[in-house]
Amino acid sequence: MSDVTPIATALPQRMGSNAGQRATRRDGVAKVTGAATYAADNQPKGLLHAAFACATIARGRVTGLDVDAAKAHPGVVEVITPANRPALAADPDSKPMRFWFRTQVLQDDRVLYAGQPIALVLAETLEAATEGAALLAPTYAPEAPRIGLDEPPYTPEAVGIGAPAKVTKGDIEAGLAAAARRLEVTIETPAQYHNAMEPHAIVAEWQGDRLVIDTPNQAPVMAAAAFATWFGIAPQNVTLRTPFLGGGFGSKAVLSAPQILAALAARMVGRPVKMVLTRAQMFGPVGHRGATRQTLRMGLDGAGRFTALAHHTIAETASFDEFIEAASTPSRLLYASPAIATTHAAVVNDIGLPGPMRAPGEASGTAALEVAIDIAAEAQGMDPIDFRLLNYAETDPMTGNPYSSKALRECFAEGAKAFGWAGRPLAPRQMTDDRGMLVGWGMGTANFPCPMFESEARATLRADGSALVETSLIDMGQGAWTALAQIAADALGLGLDRIEMRGGASDLPDAGIAGGSGHTASAGLAIEGAGAEAIRQLAEIAAADPASPLYGTGNAGVVARGGRLHAAGDESRGESYAEILARADRTALSGQAKGVRDPAAAGAYAMQSHGAVFAEVKVDPELGQIRVSRLVGAFAAGRIINPRLAESQLNGGMIWGLSFALLERAEMDPRSGRLLNADLGEYLVPVNADVPSIQTLLVHEDDPHVNPLGIKGVGEIGTTGTAAAIANAVWHATGVRVTRYPIRLEDLMEGLA
Amino acid sequence: MKPFDYIRAESLDQALAEGGKPGTAYLAGGTNLLDLMKTGAARPERLVDITRLPGLDRWEWQDDGGLRIGAMVRNSDLAHDPDIAATFPAMAEALLSGASGQLRNAATTGGNVMQHTRCHFFADPASPCNRRAPGTGCAAQGGDRRGFAVLGGSDACIATHPSDLCVALAALDAVVEIAGPEGLRETPLADFHLLPGTRPEAHTQLAPGELIVAIRLPAAAAGFRHHARYLKLRDRTSFAFALVSAAAMLRIENGVIAEARLAFGGIAPRPWRSPLAEAALKGARPDAESFALAAEAALAGAAGHDAKIALAKRLAARALTHAAQGTPERVPALPGSVHRGETAHV
Repeated sequence: MSDVTPIATALPQRMGSNAGQRATRRDGVAKVTGAATYAADNQPKGLLHAAFACATIARGRVTGLDVDAAKAHPGVVEVITPANRPALAADPDSKPMRFWFRTQVLQDDRVLYAGQPIALVLAETLEAATEGAALLAPTYAPEAPRIGLDEPPYTPEAVGIGAPAKVTKGDIEAGLAAAARRLEVTIETPAQYHNAMEPHAIVAEWQGDRLVIDTPNQAPVMAAAAFATWFGIAPQNVTLRTPFLGGGFGSKAVLSAPQILAALAARMVGRPVKMVLTRAQMFGPVGHRGATRQTLRMGLDGAGRFTALAHHTIAETASFDEFIEAASTPSRLLYASPAIATTHAAVVNDIGLPGPMRAPGEASGTAALEVAIDIAAEAQGMDPIDFRLLNYAETDPMTGNPYSSKALRECFAEGAKAFGWAGRPLAPRQMTDDRGMLVGWGMGTANFPCPMFESEARATLRADGSALVETSLIDMGQGAWTALAQIAADALGLGLDRIEMRGGASDLPDAGIAGGSGHTASAGLAIEGAGAEAIRQLAEIAAADPASPLYGTGNAGVVARGGRLHAAGDESRGESYAEILARADRTALSGQAKGVRDPAAAGAYAMQSHGAVFAEVKVDPELGQIRVSRLVGAFAAGRIINPRLAESQLNGGMIWGLSFALLERAEMDPRSGRLLNADLGEYLVPVNADVPSIQTLLVHEDDPHVNPLGIKGVGEIGTTGTAAAIANAVWHATGVRVTRYPIRLEDLMEGLA
Repeated sequence: MKPFDYIRAESLDQALAEGGKPGTAYLAGGTNLLDLMKTGAARPERLVDITRLPGLDRWEWQDDGGLRIGAMVRNSDLAHDPDIAATFPAMAEALLSGASGQLRNAATTGGNVMQHTRCHFFADPASPCNRRAPGTGCAAQGGDRRGFAVLGGSDACIATHPSDLCVALAALDAVVEIAGPEGLRETPLADFHLLPGTRPEAHTQLAPGELIVAIRLPAAAAGFRHHARYLKLRDRTSFAFALVSAAAMLRIENGVIAEARLAFGGIAPRPWRSPLAEAALKGARPDAESFALAAEAALAGAAGHDAKIALAKRLAARALTHAAQGTPERVPALPGSVHRGETAHV
């Protein structure tokens, strides 16, 4: 970090004419015409197809594989098992890098979860490879799997990615003892599996000791370094291309075993190899949102103020590494209380390793916390918004630091107004529609932190007056190709149409990880800096050139706009970038910069995005069939670079929240440790008919501290708060509190009867 | 998947000759068979494509007012014909409540009748399943029974039949026309699917090589067109199999039920017609009390999942109530749903 120069918060903000516009996707036409190529679209000459055999037991050993049968199948070229797998340079049981999980790359015959790859078949066609894998017909020595949250708990050192498992302040038991009212609720969230539209895929080709890879990845420079570590080659000998991702959501942030094995197979046979996971194979080796059981204990004084708030999470993790859903963390962030305890325990299950899934920690955590808050408001006889305002955190509840900005109050107000919240009866089961359906209104607070990742970018002004901006940006559907171009255009004083972006590859300046909702801020800051540096160099040339109308103006006195530099305060005195470069006999001029958050600001301020989600549901009074009829979300996430794309992300986030509330659940057979719905026919995500009218409001928020661009990020926050808003609305409609997600119609039957 | 031979049948005789050979499966829309071939649950050596057979891709109204539907008529075409929807409205609603638009465009009438259970263990070759691999056991018995049969199951198998269309067809007294080496024969659809008993692998009445060529709806079935509904409880509003569904049809004369039809989906190994409930309704007044009694009669003897049984009773009463209120003028925007569709404007 020492070689990084933070870009000071004093850098002037250019509020140009590009950022803030509802620009449509620059890659839109390429996508709808098929010109945009995804990893699996690549067909290098001599390609072999790879297919996995995956374990159908959850724990034990593989005792037999019919390799001869597979090899005898026409078209099969090679079968890779632990018996003949070539060596890897990295120990799969080690953790040599940050963001690295232990994994199963055929190092032995152990089966640690159902769905674990246990052999790889290479063939001339996908069909032959698939049949070859089926012909392996594995035999096992099975052991009884450990499944479910009732396994013995232990206290982990860290949760999520490096967050402390336990953070407390004050005396919880004293706070509860002193309370006028004590409440406790336990809420369960299920395992949810990554199912981006594009499954994990890779095309790997070795050129001598160079490895060329097409694979969807959210952090290509880091991933290239990880591949280099696995294969014992220099990072610059790995080229990873990932121009478009069909969704990432955290599952494509780190390498998965199937990708590593495909690259290994390509080296073994000396031909390019393509591997695409089947939909069923997505349920295991590529991470998932782990199941949780969360218990909230609340103490309230006579007025309804917290005297104590305790949030304890039990989460599942795997036997070979840890990823523990940090579900208690939202209780560190949202409410003022003299005593707060946020703790986690983990249980080892024989499952694939959980991992980050859109809003890891916050999605599951707010799904429980915001229901508990609704229960507390109900107990106090208060409107849920009034209760939240009474306990509003004016400063960070744990550290006491001020917020860099916090427009949550405005989110409540604007969301409530748009929804028509006023006049909502406090008691449940008070409203019906014209057809006798029970109607309920509920709300939940949305919350997500604003991390940034060190990023670097290069901006090149070209002789024709256009610009090339290079950084390993990642567009997984969120719109980075567009939003970052808008930032670049403003940084360079050019129109959007004069900006060429180069991204999505590992041989570019490192834009870090497109995750944590921090990509626009992180890569954007680097681009802003690179643009400023290019303009500075250009102005220096002009100001020192007696032939320039800008001669003698000095850098401070020059403004860049519309592809021209002109003297501050005198637009008639100036010239185009092209003219300056031509006279200086330069074909191009480059600025490069790193972007990183000012550590002083990071230490002084709490940095969080906030929102308020309002839901209306209708419930059949006898049958319990639930339908969400309206969603309104109001979000304050700092400066919005492209409202169209931001609203789209927030809509998508809320739809995922609906999925969390009512649909998504991996159904585990506890007897076998196998999933019963590892396909999109039975693992339910919302279809269009489930998605109601959604209104997304972008609440104005200026943040002078979070970064010089004032960007907080919108990638994940929509997924938080929404599940609880819907659960609370279901209670308001029916009077039934369902404390297990997803809420299903039979959960309401007894209470409705 | 396992390599297979593909034969495109040009005539019914050729199809029957090829289809009778061992290891052969007929291929129509492929919306179920191809899934099972991908999981390995089905491993045919030969596929006989019957989608080009002449004459099977159309329907014809019969002189007496009945309807003969060719086995290769696509679900979408059948559902969207206004005359058919007006005459057999519960069938149109059942069709549109099933699968997705893309699947309905591919799926055929005969294929819908022939589809397999969606039981996970049936589709997964690594699981025991008496239906797929006789004698291996039934993995479903010891697990969560929510998705399984509460009527008509056996110790050998508790899988449910997944079709929506067949529920309406059973209620409409549909007849299955079957071609085989011995010529044509026919059987009531309500008897076409076999209960599992001790031989769940048998699935249907079809002998090897036999082929469904048409489904016939008798003219009398049109008599229910003014009071017919198909309702479907499910976890997702569209593209989800029924937890419980019900087709309810009434013929009401002078304020009294002259004739009733009630059939269920999602609760039994075959589309489940309820003669006891129908008998209880005949001559009764179309009111809540009659419907509750009929629902009780329909679920008599049900076992395995109490909440599902209770839901089935409530759904039956609701479907009968909706039917009594009259068939909607158009198939609802959310077919089969108890909810009304709102206009989404994201």
